[in-house]
Amino acid sequence: MTDVLLRTEAITKEFSSVRVLDGISIEIRRGEILGIIGENGAGKSTFIKILSGIYTPTRGKVFLDEKEIALRRHADAKRAGISLIPQEFNLIGDLNVYENIFLGNELRRASGLLDKKAMIRRTGELLAGLEVQIDPEAKIQSLSVAQRQMVEIAKALAYDSRLLIMDEPTTVLTKREIDLLFQRMRGLKERGVTIVFISHKLREVKEICDRVMVLRDGAFICLEEAGALPIDEMARRMVGRELSQVFPAKRAGDGQVALRVEGLTVPGVIEDVSFELRAGEILGFAGLGGSGRTEVAETILGIRKPSRGRILAGEQRLEIRGPGDAVRAGIGYLSEDRQGSGILTAFDVVKNITLVSLKRYLHPLIDRHREQEAAERYVDRFSIRAPSLETRLEFLSGGNQQKVSLAKSIDSEPRILIVDEPTRGVDVSAKQDIYRFVHELADKGISCIFISSELEEIIGMCSRVLVMKGGRVAGQVEGERVSEEEIMYFATGVKGIV
Amino acid sequence: MAAPSAMTFPALSRLRAYNTAPLIALAALFVISAFASPYFLQAQNLLNILRQVSYSGIIALGMTFVIISGGIDLSVGSMMALVGALAVLTLNGTGGTTWSIALAVGVAVALGSALGFANGIAVTKGRIAPFIVTLGTMAIFRSLTLYVGDAGEFRSVSSLYGDLGMSTVLAVPTPVWIWFLLAFLLDVLLNRTRYGRYVCAVGSNEKVSQYSAINVDRVRLWTYVIAGLMVGVSSILLSARLNSLSSTNFGKDFELDSIAAVIIGGTPMTGGRGSIWGTIVGAIILGIINNMLNMLGVSPYLQGTVKGLVIIAAVLVQRKL
Repeated sequence: MTDVLLRTEAITKEFSSVRVLDGISIEIRRGEILGIIGENGAGKSTFIKILSGIYTPTRGKVFLDEKEIALRRHADAKRAGISLIPQEFNLIGDLNVYENIFLGNELRRASGLLDKKAMIRRTGELLAGLEVQIDPEAKIQSLSVAQRQMVEIAKALAYDSRLLIMDEPTTVLTKREIDLLFQRMRGLKERGVTIVFISHKLREVKEICDRVMVLRDGAFICLEEAGALPIDEMARRMVGRELSQVFPAKRAGDGQVALRVEGLTVPGVIEDVSFELRAGEILGFAGLGGSGRTEVAETILGIRKPSRGRILAGEQRLEIRGPGDAVRAGIGYLSEDRQGSGILTAFDVVKNITLVSLKRYLHPLIDRHREQEAAERYVDRFSIRAPSLETRLEFLSGGNQQKVSLAKSIDSEPRILIVDEPTRGVDVSAKQDIYRFVHELADKGISCIFISSELEEIIGMCSRVLVMKGGRVAGQVEGERVSEEEIMYFATGVKGIV
Repeated sequence: MAAPSAMTFPALSRLRAYNTAPLIALAALFVISAFASPYFLQAQNLLNILRQVSYSGIIALGMTFVIISGGIDLSVGSMMALVGALAVLTLNGTGGTTWSIALAVGVAVALGSALGFANGIAVTKGRIAPFIVTLGTMAIFRSLTLYVGDAGEFRSVSSLYGDLGMSTVLAVPTPVWIWFLLAFLLDVLLNRTRYGRYVCAVGSNEKVSQYSAINVDRVRLWTYVIAGLMVGVSSILLSARLNSLSSTNFGKDFELDSIAAVIIGGTPMTGGRGSIWGTIVGAIILGIINNMLNMLGVSPYLQGTVKGLVIIAAVLVQRKL
């Protein structure tokens, strides 16, 4: 046996004659963790979809153990020991852990009936091998995101996977969960499993990967030892140009209070949340996952009904019973869950952008021409890459979807904009674009609530940060004191209310 | 940076196939029929086909909205019987004059909308699956019709009413004109108004719609009212044509025919998008198939089999597109 597990030869993929992957020839070594990085649309997803049989290449070959294999469908890849753990998990919430793991591959007794005992036992072994404590009979619904991911991995291992492909596994995890995931990945590596790891977080790639491949615009840029590739060099090769400073200069509000929230309470969700948002301010909302940040936003939008508390714009009390009232009150929202509550993947670029603000395009029927013009302006301003304005969003990359989503939330011309995880699953240069837009909006006097799990961007963007913990505002840091340590003190309960 | 037009778009070239596929099927069917029977192309035959499908075709227009929004309305056939029965009773009760015809039309339209409203309220406020709600009201409306009519016939006493049903404008049957007029209006409603856009949005993803400040319940509720309104119009036209209606048979299978027209016309059962003109094409396809089966002397009992196969085939073809 050589030390090459899988080799690709000039893999090329075209969609309706547009080339999205251009002659990729690489070798994946047995037992390594190979990182693949690149901007949105660089071809990472296409490449791994070819390796896992979801797409068939237009040209090119794949060799496994030096034998050419045909990957016509996903099942072919699974049989060859290649498993994909997609970004959006493929688990059925209503089923148990073991039922999911053996879905479509159920163990049976001689009688033909399902052998539950054997499946539960085997599931227990798989999970134990990953050193995680999950009940094989627990419903998927009751598991945390990190636990579900472990179930996905266990499922892959149940098929005796030799190559595990993980598509941005860390985007939904907290720092501690990521550390645990990395431990498990190293464990798998010791057992001889080869891993392909895709991430936008270059620091993680640097930490966990043995080698890193960079793709740009569908083309192979380089494949190097991770140790020989500093993070800023990775970013430079991904983008193909020098990245200027990531964050624009910070700005403070101009003193006038744009939004005042007093004692907002939703029983069991958020408790006595009060804060002021100033005109033109970018106010950070930090905290661990589940600390109630998104829930505060949803309560302001009227999606959750507060039992107490009030919301004031200036001196005027706002009666918000639903998102419609919020829009009329001049509040815009960029959802954290892009596909779940942000954009309509089956709608095209134009119709997504004008969905909230459609009233402005009535004449009295919808004026499609003006809709188009407005969409074109956003496409220019946000450098949204789409083949046409009539392209449905499901065919855009995550970063471009996010930009459309942002355009949608500001086309109603809100005076207050709440952005929730605005850069989740978005590449470096799209991130930078989004930071710049938020700043431009603040320059125009729009007040912004900036919710994020990435402390780095909170610190880079906000001159004032509220830290949430357990549904309460645990503390506030301002000016020079805005730092990772200060925020974590409050977020973890070292400081502030306990 | 070199514009890579980002990731692409396997379905880009296929996008429009959804709209053209039913039209191609219609054209093919038309040509085949023209060769299969010499009578097919006669103007009278073609107008007959259009008139025959216009009644369920009108209901299919409303059904298109319901299905795009992610719902279904199984009650339209029974509702048509109940609405038609009360319209004929109104007509007879007021003497069968021109004014009582107008009153009957008013009753049918109002009652249809009200019953649609009831369906919609049960679906949105009651949070009951549309399939269940309209399965229930399907049974209720039919049973009420049978009760009121004692399982017999409702005969109109007005010959004027019957004349209206038989009337033509410029040699084209009145129901066909009304069908096309309503299609034109509903097409504008679907594609050029906020409401129409919201119907697609709600059918596409309810949660995204809610977060996008759309009143999801109101949008869905009104799709059932539109369906009920179309039922009202159709029940007048068909009961006038027959100048009577049978409480057991009137509107029978209309839910099947109207849903079939929508599906064959390219609107997916999963909702989110759809086309009024596609539905018209779907209804005409069904009409031509029936017409050909008649001309070729196929047993009427077998026609349901063919219809069923066409519906299933249409969904199969759609999935491939």
